[in-house]
Amino acid sequence: MEKKLPNIEIIEKYCKGCHICVEFCPTKVLEMKGFVVSVKNLEACTKCMQCELRCPDFAIRVHAE
Amino acid sequence: MAYDYDKWIRPGKLPHIWCPGCGHGIVMKGLIRAFDTLQLKKEETAIVSGIGCASRLPGYIDCCTLHTTHGRAAAFATGLKMARPEMKVILCGGDGDGTAIGGNHFIHACRRNIDMTYIIMNNYIYGMTGGQFSPATPTGHKASTTPYGNPDPNFDIAKLAIGAGATFVARGTAFHAAQLDKLIVEAIQHKGFSVVEILDDCPTTYGRRNKFKSVIEMMNRLKEISVPVKAAEKMTPEQLQGKVLTGVLYKEEKPEYCEQYAKVIERAQVGK
Repeated sequence: MEKKLPNIEIIEKYCKGCHICVEFCPTKVLEMKGFVVSVKNLEACTKCMQCELRCPDFAIRVHAE
Repeated sequence: MAYDYDKWIRPGKLPHIWCPGCGHGIVMKGLIRAFDTLQLKKEETAIVSGIGCASRLPGYIDCCTLHTTHGRAAAFATGLKMARPEMKVILCGGDGDGTAIGGNHFIHACRRNIDMTYIIMNNYIYGMTGGQFSPATPTGHKASTTPYGNPDPNFDIAKLAIGAGATFVARGTAFHAAQLDKLIVEAIQHKGFSVVEILDDCPTTYGRRNKFKSVIEMMNRLKEISVPVKAAEKMTPEQLQGKVLTGVLYKEEKPEYCEQYAKVIERAQVGK
């Protein structure tokens, strides 16, 4: 069965580039592109939601469905 | 589970003013998740705050909010709760606002056991006013007014609340974000004065003076120093040296102030 990938929405105008999501993602899905976070490796995402929970700036939403 | 953050954010208010990596945003998210879990009504929920970085929080949340004078959140909130006992009243503020300038209001609100929830974001410093040391700054740590190290012992805010008579006391950290909303939900549901101390990071005025290279290092420190209450039961005092306990630290049932006051009114009106 094909793995259903989540949609990681990044609201760039809210991101302040604090690195928290990049550092605490257990499967290293995210990376910094300049001062703003972006998705590097979506296939590795396990939908643990740690990035969404820890983003202080409301800049990441993980839509798992 | 997906939470509805947008429902509780005041339109057009984001991005917020907090610095990159500041934990207050994580706490605000936890509070919104708690509101969403409890399905609170906006017109029956009030957030009261004093002055400071943490006290900016009500400005972003779309419900009844009250931004008051420095340290006086508990006094204003007591008035609000007495006038409208059906409302859910949540106070929020920082360590300086709550335990120094508002120290008296805080301990007396604890003593009265009025049904409110106080969320204290402890970032060990007065962030907004320029990084002066607060009663929560650990001994030896640096602030703008203690450049050679703080000589004062610091408050343990949770113990202070227990000692003053709060009936629900919990502690969380900005690192353990998933736990925050659960603690806040339990605190709001508790009938009586509940205090949730949340250990936080201030990378701008505290972190850079105390040799933290990044926000990540500050977050990792929160992870290292915190020990869940249940795990601490099996640990020796030596192992607990320098650690802080997290989770629900204290809970008891006591008569609630608004109900007691209503009885006083009843007694006073007998025979009239």
